[in-house]
Amino acid sequence: MGRTLAEKVWDDHVVRRAEGEPDLLFIDLHLLHEVTSPQAFDGLRQAGRRVRRLDLTIATEDHNTPTLDIDKPIADPVSRAQLETLRKNCAEFGVRLHPLGDVEQGVVHVVGPQLGLTQPGTTVVCGDSHTSTHGAFGALAFGIGTSQVEHVLATQTLPMARPKTMAITVDGELPEGVTAKDLILAIIARIGTGGGQGYIIEYRGSAIEKLSMEARMTVCNMSIEAGARAGMIAPDETTFAYLKGRDHAPQGEDWDAAVAYWKTLRTDDDAAFDAEVVIDAAELAPFVTWGTNPGQGAPLSASVPDPASYEDASERFAAEKALEYMGLTAGQPLRDINVDTVFVGSCTNGRIEDLRGAAAVLGGRKVADGVRMLVVPGSVRVALQAVEEGLDKVFTAAGAEWRHAGCSMCLGMNPDQLAPGERSASTSNRNFEGRQGKGGRTHLVSPQVAAATAVLGHLASPADLSDADVRTPAGV
Amino acid sequence: MEAFTTHTGRAVPLRRSNVDTDQIIPAHWLKKVTRDGFEDGLFEAWRKDADFVLNRPERDGATVLVAGPDFGTGSSREHAVWALQNYGFKAVISSRFADIFRGNSLKNGLLTVVLDQDTVDRIWALTEADPTAEITVDLEARQVRAEGITADFELDENARWRLLNGLDDISLTLQNEADIAAYEAARPAFKPRTLKV
Ligand code: SF4
Repeated sequence: MGRTLAEKVWDDHVVRRAEGEPDLLFIDLHLLHEVTSPQAFDGLRQAGRRVRRLDLTIATEDHNTPTLDIDKPIADPVSRAQLETLRKNCAEFGVRLHPLGDVEQGVVHVVGPQLGLTQPGTTVVCGDSHTSTHGAFGALAFGIGTSQVEHVLATQTLPMARPKTMAITVDGELPEGVTAKDLILAIIARIGTGGGQGYIIEYRGSAIEKLSMEARMTVCNMSIEAGARAGMIAPDETTFAYLKGRDHAPQGEDWDAAVAYWKTLRTDDDAAFDAEVVIDAAELAPFVTWGTNPGQGAPLSASVPDPASYEDASERFAAEKALEYMGLTAGQPLRDINVDTVFVGSCTNGRIEDLRGAAAVLGGRKVADGVRMLVVPGSVRVALQAVEEGLDKVFTAAGAEWRHAGCSMCLGMNPDQLAPGERSASTSNRNFEGRQGKGGRTHLVSPQVAAATAVLGHLASPADLSDADVRTPAGV
Repeated sequence: MEAFTTHTGRAVPLRRSNVDTDQIIPAHWLKKVTRDGFEDGLFEAWRKDADFVLNRPERDGATVLVAGPDFGTGSSREHAVWALQNYGFKAVISSRFADIFRGNSLKNGLLTVVLDQDTVDRIWALTEADPTAEITVDLEARQVRAEGITADFELDENARWRLLNGLDDISLTLQNEADIAAYEAARPAFKPRTLKV
């Protein structure tokens, strides 16, 4: 019988297989950042171990980095200490590091792909759950804990039990104005935050094939929010075109050998998945979350659900708690929800296409009075590209703040946070209680919905804007 | 890692589902560069509420957390496991754990036990009726026992063996050095490298 994409990549990385033990997998690429690595380096030091494969390891700074005044010392001493710890560790062990201020610095999941390090058929790990992002290339990529970071540093392998496979097939045409973010939010709402648990998801079908590389990354990024360790998309011409010519992409004969291998990775026609979900792209619409987990979402045109409508007691309780925390009432139209903050950025939606999408909506319009809008590019490279295209001007002319690259308000480890009770429309991936700042309330949205929301001051899609909102000539 | 064979202690009933790791330990605690000292950050936001179950005097010194389904979702932060351990928890019981959290817990010797929701309900009822009730989590027998409750649980043999013996993964893996070296020697040349030669 044939094998799935995930099974092929898995099998190609088995270093050792023994009855009754997890497989020992070889890791092709290990990404590091400041938050989940200090205790791992400490462990190495204590055991007198070195980093086994410096040539498969790379670090950047993203979670704690400020997005303003980056040339000044970091104000928060604890954040500063964590960045300094990473710098010291990388220097001591010889790990390549792109620190704050470096042109290759940025959110770790934006940096890997743009350098061309993330490639089809590789295994990629990082001490960060959104490592699933890299699966967009047909890589087997998953988040790991700090003990596993130490394990990979020391051995370049990981013992792993093989997950099951799930196919999520999205056929048809996404309607006008519906983005990859809406698609993945709708998928999570459908299967639930535990729906993908124990599985590697493969996204397939004609709607997925039509997505750009960056849109595919948005989809795979949020696999973890559906409970799956990894999400994958079969590599195709779109993937190869994206990679060709990148810094670390194979060249010459290596390129041909690589492409020939990559083409073998597609799931065989006679392969079987352990679970299958089918979604009709044509039925999708702009999607927003109303609750405190990413599965609590609905089409923008809907209303806040009534907890009483849930049959399952624990879901009902979760919905009640969520409405209480979010300060919402059942039956309230989602479009009536006012926000005070709009955040565009993160490893979900902080790439150049996301910024273009937001700028196209914002062009010539103004951010509503009383709303602050933060635009945080996913990496310095993304920022430079945006500046070259004049997108930064579009944002600042609209009254938004154009910031330096990093995770920023996605998790508020730096000064970019919501104040208690503040409400955001955010292009990030988690609407957990307090995720963007203690007491902050988060609605997950696409970049386009974020921009329209910024203009109108309430949750909205670009279709809700009229030409009257355009007050100055468009900047792009 | 400390070995885990069997543990008996009082329980904390946490009647919530989908407890994500941001709730277990909020992000600002992640700036620490050590593995200890996280106990005050455990469930920090909820502990502001005097009625939160962990704040009740009768739960003082309890060592077994009994949580709703989908415990440990979200961020991969191992700090969540350290926070639970620093606080004094030895085992967590739930009907479903998020994968990364579960992996992290077993690597640190925090035993995560999956029981069906019906049994979890019964343990909740027991400990709520009698906070002094003791729960035994017996890894050798793969069984949870409390007054009127005997429930078997599953844990794969390999994970169990490592926990029972307190074995560290890295030393185990390094015993397979020859396999790793052989794999490395056979890797294709086109595979990416972070350092250019
Ligand atoms: S942008 Fe957000 S989700 Fe992505 S790595 Fe940073 S903190 Fe994590």
